[in-house]
Amino acid sequence: MSRRTKLPAWADIGLIPLINVLLAFLSAGVVVALIGESPLEAVQVLIRGAFGYDEGVGYTLYYTTNFIFTGLAVAVAFHAGLFNIGGEGQAYIGGLGVGLICLALDHLLPWWALLPLAIIAGSLFGAAWAFIPGYLQAYRGSHVVITTIMFNFIASALMVYLLVNVLIQPGSMSPETRAIAPESTLPLMHEIFEFLGIKITQTPLNLSIFVALLACLFVWVLIWKTRWGYAIRMIGFNESAAVYSGINPKRMVVIAMMISGSLAGLVAINEVMGAQERVGLDFVSGAGFTGIAVALMGRNHPLGIIIASLLFGALFQGGAELAFEFSTITRDLVVVIQGLVILFCGALAYMMRGPLERLFAALSRSNQEEG
Amino acid sequence: MEFSVQLISALDSTLRLAAPLVLCAMAGLFSERSGIVDIGLEGKMLAGAFAAAAVTAVTGSVWLGLLAAILVSIMMALLHGFACITHRGDQVVSGLAINILAAGLTVVLGIAWFRRGGQTPSLGSDERFGPLTWPLSESLSDVPLLGPVYTELLSGHNLLVYVALMAVPMTAWIVFKTRFGLRLRAVGENPQAVDTAGISVAWLRYRAVIMAGLLCGLAGAYLSIALGAGFIKDMSAGKGYIALAALIFGKWRPYPALFACLLFGFLEAVATRMQGVQLPVVGEIDVQLMQALPYILTVILLAGFIGRAIAPKAIGTPYSKDRA
Repeated sequence: MSRRTKLPAWADIGLIPLINVLLAFLSAGVVVALIGESPLEAVQVLIRGAFGYDEGVGYTLYYTTNFIFTGLAVAVAFHAGLFNIGGEGQAYIGGLGVGLICLALDHLLPWWALLPLAIIAGSLFGAAWAFIPGYLQAYRGSHVVITTIMFNFIASALMVYLLVNVLIQPGSMSPETRAIAPESTLPLMHEIFEFLGIKITQTPLNLSIFVALLACLFVWVLIWKTRWGYAIRMIGFNESAAVYSGINPKRMVVIAMMISGSLAGLVAINEVMGAQERVGLDFVSGAGFTGIAVALMGRNHPLGIIIASLLFGALFQGGAELAFEFSTITRDLVVVIQGLVILFCGALAYMMRGPLERLFAALSRSNQEEG
Repeated sequence: MEFSVQLISALDSTLRLAAPLVLCAMAGLFSERSGIVDIGLEGKMLAGAFAAAAVTAVTGSVWLGLLAAILVSIMMALLHGFACITHRGDQVVSGLAINILAAGLTVVLGIAWFRRGGQTPSLGSDERFGPLTWPLSESLSDVPLLGPVYTELLSGHNLLVYVALMAVPMTAWIVFKTRFGLRLRAVGENPQAVDTAGISVAWLRYRAVIMAGLLCGLAGAYLSIALGAGFIKDMSAGKGYIALAALIFGKWRPYPALFACLLFGFLEAVATRMQGVQLPVVGEIDVQLMQALPYILTVILLAGFIGRAIAPKAIGTPYSKDRA
């Protein structure tokens, strides 16, 4: 690589990811065209559905909240050179932590006193679920990708068991806990706005979006301003160099995985304590996997993750509107887009590098000849 | 007598449930032995299942359906190869992309083409691979012990179950007895050495992922036009990941992987029968525990508590000539 002309930094950081995202969306457009619908019309419906009216915006930001948490989770692990596919399971188990503490204390504490406890419980449970794969990777040599996949399935089985046999509301048929007392759930955004004297439509959007933004700040400080963050980036960049600078890579692998898992666990603050006000089956519904696309697209930077989460939030909300406008397109198109984003921004991330490098080399040559 | 009847019927469903696992595990074996991680078994199988059901529904021919499943699955495999071999992309990310793409595309295309909420039209009995009855199975069924084993357990499966079982010795032969197999294993352990010998690393690995595509296509066709009668959204339901677990559990070897697939198939077969049954000593065994058991066992194995599962050495690392 070093022998070739290097790309200017702006092309590396800005241009290549942009081209990759565009390729993903172009391919999605081809799929829509293949079905026989107009891609441009689909984009219009998506944008109108996501941002066109206040209810749409509410739902968009509600989905965005989940994706910020899972995107950050994947990104922290990525910085350490680890691929955490287990966000789905860690978020699910995080829900157990949030659910247990809310159900235990909801008649005693108001939401603002319960929130810090729930954040601690959710992140502890998520971290615990990520600890085992992290420990096994560091000390027993089993690959974190495989173990986190397995732990997603184990989490799912465990939660079904607990919800059906232990946590189920007595007398109820559906496998979910009782509802958390209303005064202990997070205020919904329309309630906050009503308090300020502004009327907006009720959506599941709640206070946890601010928790998500704080988590972004936390990750930024952690990764770029702390000793741990330095160690995390170091083991991801060059493990043997990390050892020489006095870092214990095994310990840092476990720590990075636990931080990653705790961020994923915070999805439950949005879903369990905010939107659904109970622990239900499959409340994560794929957010853990969307987090991978978000992290890849956002280049593992909190700012990029906010933008990518907003995009995917808009896709999920706008995608729900597709079915109303087209007889042949449903929200499943968003799953296709997600797959394409992971493909182009992740697996094929370097595809455009070679051609671009040649292009820039040719440009600089012709400049020199003129000059 | 009662017990042996139950056991034979449980083993019978074990074979039925294990068949797609066996095909996918052998697919993964080819790919991973060549050094390419394949978590995309699930997606290739799902895409194959959709292609098989869609083409069979339109043409009425199971054979065209089977062919379509194989072709589509190989195309997905080639995409994986394009990303991981040609462009040296991350193999796990690429596999995941294939799984998510398959989950989305099968439903999007299914709704657009058939307008049944993502399902394909249900297939009649002549549009599926039906049971093959072995010779003399009627007359032999009264023979004690061996009779039921022959008629119930061995005879009466569809063609693809037998294909799955034959895929194992075939895989073992190709991987361990042919020149291609020797090179395949070499490229998964030490690609530099293979390259030095003047053999193309990329072409070997491409052939390995094509084999994986072929076998996953068979598994997909099995799901939708042999076991089932049409495509249902997400019908692979994690089987690709169980097969991956079985491959690891079998330490990347054909026969131990087959054993793991049969074990996991047996667990699934027993899980449905055990619901509400009181066992001595342990009491009622929970279905969720039985479902999670393949994953738990694999994690324990990977952690090195029951033997050691050592992956091919070069697995997961893209090969480039200039990094000597």
